Amino acid sequence: MSRVVDTVANAVATPDTSQPFAELGLKPDEYDRIRTILGRRPTSGELAMYSVMWSEHCSYKSSKVHLSQFGPKTPKNDVLMVGIGENAGVVDIGDGWAATFKAESHNHPSYVEPYQGAATGVGGIVRDILAMGARPVAVMDSLRFGPVDAADTARVLPGIVAGVGGYGNCLGLPNIGGEVQFDSTYLGNPLVNALCVGVMRHEDIHLAKATGLGNKVILYGAATGGDGIGGVSVLASETFEDGGPAKRPSVQVGDPFMEKLLIEATLELFAAHLVEGIQDLGGAGLSCATSELASAGSGGMHVELNLVPLRDSTLTPEEILMSESQERMCAIVTPANVDAVLAICAKWGVQATVIGEVTEGDHLVITWHGETIVDVPPRTVAHDGPIYNRPYARPASQDDIEADTTAHLPRPSDGAGYKADLLALLATANVGDKSWVTDQYDRYVRGNTVLAQPDDAGVVRVDEQSGRGVALALDGNGRFTLLDPYVGAQLALAEAYRNVAVTGAVPIAVTNCLNFGSPEDPAVMWQFERAVTGLADGALALGTPVTGGNVSFYNQTGDVAILPTPVIGVLGVIDDVERRTPLRFTEDGELIYLLGQTRDELDGSMWAGELHGHLGGRPPVVDLAREKVLAEILVAASRDGMASAAHDVSDGGVAVALAEMAMRSQRGLRFWAPDDIDPFTLLFSESAGRALVVVARSEELRFTEMCAARGVEAARLGVVDSGLASEHGHPAGTQVVEMTGQFAVTIDELRAAHTSALSRIAN
Amino acid sequence: MSARIGVVTFPGTLDDVDAARAVAYAGGEAVALWHGDADLKGVDAVVLPGGFSYGDYLRCGAIANLSPVMSVLTPAAEEGLPVLGICNGFQVLCEAHLLPGALTRNQSLHFVCRDQLLQVEDTTSAWTNAFEPGQVITVPIKNGEGCYQADDFTLDQLEAEGRVVVRYHDLNPNGSRRDIAGIRNERGNVVGLMPHPEHAIDSLTGPSDEGLGFFVSILRTLTTEGALA
Repeated sequence: MSRVVDTVANAVATPDTSQPFAELGLKPDEYDRIRTILGRRPTSGELAMYSVMWSEHCSYKSSKVHLSQFGPKTPKNDVLMVGIGENAGVVDIGDGWAATFKAESHNHPSYVEPYQGAATGVGGIVRDILAMGARPVAVMDSLRFGPVDAADTARVLPGIVAGVGGYGNCLGLPNIGGEVQFDSTYLGNPLVNALCVGVMRHEDIHLAKATGLGNKVILYGAATGGDGIGGVSVLASETFEDGGPAKRPSVQVGDPFMEKLLIEATLELFAAHLVEGIQDLGGAGLSCATSELASAGSGGMHVELNLVPLRDSTLTPEEILMSESQERMCAIVTPANVDAVLAICAKWGVQATVIGEVTEGDHLVITWHGETIVDVPPRTVAHDGPIYNRPYARPASQDDIEADTTAHLPRPSDGAGYKADLLALLATANVGDKSWVTDQYDRYVRGNTVLAQPDDAGVVRVDEQSGRGVALALDGNGRFTLLDPYVGAQLALAEAYRNVAVTGAVPIAVTNCLNFGSPEDPAVMWQFERAVTGLADGALALGTPVTGGNVSFYNQTGDVAILPTPVIGVLGVIDDVERRTPLRFTEDGELIYLLGQTRDELDGSMWAGELHGHLGGRPPVVDLAREKVLAEILVAASRDGMASAAHDVSDGGVAVALAEMAMRSQRGLRFWAPDDIDPFTLLFSESAGRALVVVARSEELRFTEMCAARGVEAARLGVVDSGLASEHGHPAGTQVVEMTGQFAVTIDELRAAHTSALSRIAN
Repeated sequence: MSARIGVVTFPGTLDDVDAARAVAYAGGEAVALWHGDADLKGVDAVVLPGGFSYGDYLRCGAIANLSPVMSVLTPAAEEGLPVLGICNGFQVLCEAHLLPGALTRNQSLHFVCRDQLLQVEDTTSAWTNAFEPGQVITVPIKNGEGCYQADDFTLDQLEAEGRVVVRYHDLNPNGSRRDIAGIRNERGNVVGLMPHPEHAIDSLTGPSDEGLGFFVSILRTLTTEGALA
């Protein structure tokens, strides 16, 4: 079948040809704008490029006006080396090392095709990190699903987990943590947020730009196929409707082995100093890579599209431009280095092809067998997309949510009641043990994993000689964010920040993945505006710059949006990983201290949500100045050898935190409620700014004096004790958690409850 | 002169860095061997590390068995060169018929990564002589296709000849027949392990340092055999 190629000349000659812009996801005014920019109708190839690059996913057209506050609110310090706008932000981690980290959503593809959607989410973020010049060293993921017993969760969850694992395991990147949460609003809208961290020497930072007249554009990696065409515009930027056409062809298919080859080949190219500029091909494929590379340089580039190696020879030029086939990179190379680049790619068995060059002028010209099919100013494609100042307004229903507090919920008031609620909480999917998921991920590969889940943050050694390492935590709380999006975003930030500090690392930088419903709904847009402002203000207050991020809108089914879910990643630095503070305690007689103030804050808590199906009221108070002091104490306790174990207090309160420590340690403990806190509040309140720290008796005085000097409440809460069996009538050796005067429970009972929820998914 | 231990890198090998580190921790010199080169560089022993050799979209290790490096490694192993195959390396050794049986999909059908208790049963092999018979050690396992399969005759023969090197101790993570985690050839120079001792050489980064014994063993073997004289 022969087919007419829509050339620029043809577009000029046939101005009135009707074009399928709506099918490609463009609105009529956006189409008119393209015509204005070009002074003619776009060719079908140009229309394809603009449609994907101006999609919500690529252009941030609804979010840009709010995200712009991150720049002015960047803390004034020397941490940030490369900021927002590049593939990923880069921060200084000392001793000449730099780290780059970023999270990205792959929510919609993972709903349509769970395994491939999640797998390629990991692949995409790994290439972003690689494109900065870094060796990727670890991944994390934040996953959210509908109720654990829902039929569609049984379809989506195993596939997503297998996809994250199948891809990451094959790449050789340890998966060091993340989160898995459940809520009915995620039933038709699972969230898959993948994070990758990479490290490099300062001098190895690379940027995505095409400069140097005559330099060659080399496309390398997988051949281009028909998968993922229009992924960003059709999939990620629209709400799912029942009865619509199947969107499976828009999901990409991953080949992790090719990605592994791509990583090794790219690192070898960097090491040999053969690359002038580099860009990965992710969302919007070649449209994105060519227009971003060209617009970041002088603007001129000529690409011969017919040279692109194809998996499917029937692909049209438009499809080649839009394809999101995975495992591809684009490098800008001087003519003298081309042969060396091709040789390194050949060594790793990676196909590499010169497809174009940097040219004079400021136009990106793409030809197809000699005929010009694209001739555009690249900036108009990559950066001059529409910007929407979408209406936003606090919905009236927010008053009802705030008024509906937990005050009326029945609270247990005796030991039996406390114990029953603790076991019930542990048995829920949200609080329960996640090892059914995390056991499917390799956490050991590369041999530098010092801490991984269920520790509060993952810690990876960067330098084997000095012991320098990075810590990473990824946290979100859609429930608190629904109650107050400004505070909810700050609570997520505070929790991730605290989780990093708990390990003994100094938190230094922030990334984010902002998951929301439709931006066309003013109430959702209000949640978004508040959350972004909360995050920007919070990062400024903590002195930790936001280095980049990702926005995912349209996470809703019909009128029901997901809980607003900003997921926040915090990166920290630890000078010597030998000093990391783990979750696990090992010595009887060591004292358990509760740092921070416990208030009666049950609104939005796991106790309210999981045991009473309640979500309303006000979220816990967030005090970032105190979070900062708490983090300083946790870091000092690690550095000076005062803390032998520590744990963040968050979901499920002190009761769950202590149970998690005891189970992890396989060792019992005795604890009590300090005089000024009632037992129920102590056990289940989710007040922020708190951590449990285990201290040897010989360090107690030094530790408490340090807390007192800095004005942080430190309550002696309990003691590690493996010998409580006989007191409670259990066979010798049984490990018991006792709340003095209230209840006692064996670790076996705790574990049976804790592992019950997710084991129901198993096969 | 310290022992020179080759560590093979296929394009999809993942644990070569870890294996080389383990060799160094034990006091040996790790020598990088490339899959595309039919050259063992005169090493005293070889580790085939874990990973996905050529992607393993086909049967695990099937293509690796046909690689240039295996074209020289297989005959050398038959001649007595000590070889340790870990995970994917074990799969390659089975494909090369240096060891009997095969590794198939885990019974759970899921990839599994956990800290695993193992019992060392045979301490006569080149790679296990630093352990005590019956010693229980903790080493990570991480595999999707680690379920050891062989017919009853072969299994009986392995047991009778004391060639089951390590067995899963607390639980069987992948459905391997008779809880087999690792075996050796008759001569004892070739050992295949599903668990990853190279991830247990330092309690900072692993669940224990008890995996180091496999690497200490080979150095001891090479020294006592006088191979380094």
